[in-house]
Amino acid sequence: MATTFNLHRFANPARFMRLTDVVLPWLSAAAVASLAIGLVMAFRAPPDYQQGETVRIMFIHVPAAMMGMMCYACMAVASAAALIWRHPLADVAAQAAAPLGAGFTLLCLVTGSLWGAPMWGTWWVWDARLTSVLILFFLYLGYIALANAFDDPERGARAAAILSLVGVINLPIIHFSVNWWNTLHQPASIVRMGGPTIDPSILHPLLIMALAFQFIFLALWILRTRTALVRAKIDTLRQRAAAASGVDRG
Amino acid sequence: MNAFVALVHRDLRLAFRQGGDGLMAVLFFVLAASLFPFGIGPEPQLLARVAAGIIWVTALLAALLALDRLFQTDWEDGTLEQLALSALPLELVVLAKCLAHWLVTGVPLILATIPVAVLLNLDLHELPMLLLSLLLGTPILSLIGGVGAALTLGARRGGVLLSLLVLPLEIPVLIFGVAGADAVLAGRESQAQFLLLAGMLAAALPLCPFAAAAGLRQALE
Repeated sequence: MATTFNLHRFANPARFMRLTDVVLPWLSAAAVASLAIGLVMAFRAPPDYQQGETVRIMFIHVPAAMMGMMCYACMAVASAAALIWRHPLADVAAQAAAPLGAGFTLLCLVTGSLWGAPMWGTWWVWDARLTSVLILFFLYLGYIALANAFDDPERGARAAAILSLVGVINLPIIHFSVNWWNTLHQPASIVRMGGPTIDPSILHPLLIMALAFQFIFLALWILRTRTALVRAKIDTLRQRAAAASGVDRG
Repeated sequence: MNAFVALVHRDLRLAFRQGGDGLMAVLFFVLAASLFPFGIGPEPQLLARVAAGIIWVTALLAALLALDRLFQTDWEDGTLEQLALSALPLELVVLAKCLAHWLVTGVPLILATIPVAVLLNLDLHELPMLLLSLLLGTPILSLIGGVGAALTLGARRGGVLLSLLVLPLEIPVLIFGVAGADAVLAGRESQAQFLLLAGMLAAALPLCPFAAAAGLRQALE
């Protein structure tokens, strides 16, 4: 089983640290560069004929929404790996992804609300997509709260991993049911895009921004995972030092 | 199967001898539902319009009340470890406990819906539909709750955490439960909603005990 073997090789924390030592600076540079290019393009894009300058919110809003969902997928895959192969690195990675996902989801909700105020004339509507994202945000909060609710961090990690898999099964059901509920309550959608197709002058900056958000997420995810690993190592060293000196610091 | 029935029996006996949980849930349900007229005003038309929603939301909250003790006492006194060692698979242990939880809180809630529906001026044509939607929906609440109770076993502030985890997952049940009951008001067919609710129950019956048993195994490790 060559694939399993490879997977296990990369799951080794020491190897992960060595590999990311090389990868992380490049990823960070790619994130900064693509964000800079994307932002310049976003501000040079022509204003929409209906929405005016507010259309620029989309360049943050849409990538944030995409990342909010992608983070959950990453978290769930890492959780599944942690439950199946019991690799501590997968646990650490899953927990490192959760606050990032919650952050992107919150960013999506806030920018959506800011965009909705001038466009729809209200800060919030119970639109199907908004509601789904709000529930996704709640799921992230539940995951983070559960992971930190135990005195034994390993138990918290396991419980949270199971919860994230339960969430994966439930997310399509929630999305579908919210759509149904919304069509029952609100016959017409108020969302108006510029037209059936997006003009290249808007599409190109959007794609660059989406790419930039991917890089930002990957760089931050690796950084958070590394930080958690280092912190665990410091804790172990501290305990060992305390045991060796025979002093009870508790 | 004998062990399964015996376990349900034991939980029911415990619930009846100790009194508390089911009665408390019903009392909370009736009280909370009767707060709404004070909050939104006593106009009969308004109440009739929102009655099914109020009943569903308060039933959902009431079903949460006893959940944090679903495995807690058995876990504390070691019974849960004995059950895990017994020949009965842990998945069936969870299913038995969820069934007992539903019989103790879900069924009384469905019965208490009738007087609450009268208080809230619910359309009497809608009542059978509401009861049917609760009959299909409350077992799902017990099953999803079982997963939450297993995952939060031994957690700090387990009760509050449990509701934080379980409530978002229960939103689809709420949506289809209310939609199924309210379809009569709008003069629509409600068969689709009931089929979907039944489908969710059919999916939750095997999946939730599986997830909850996985959670319990982590807690017992």
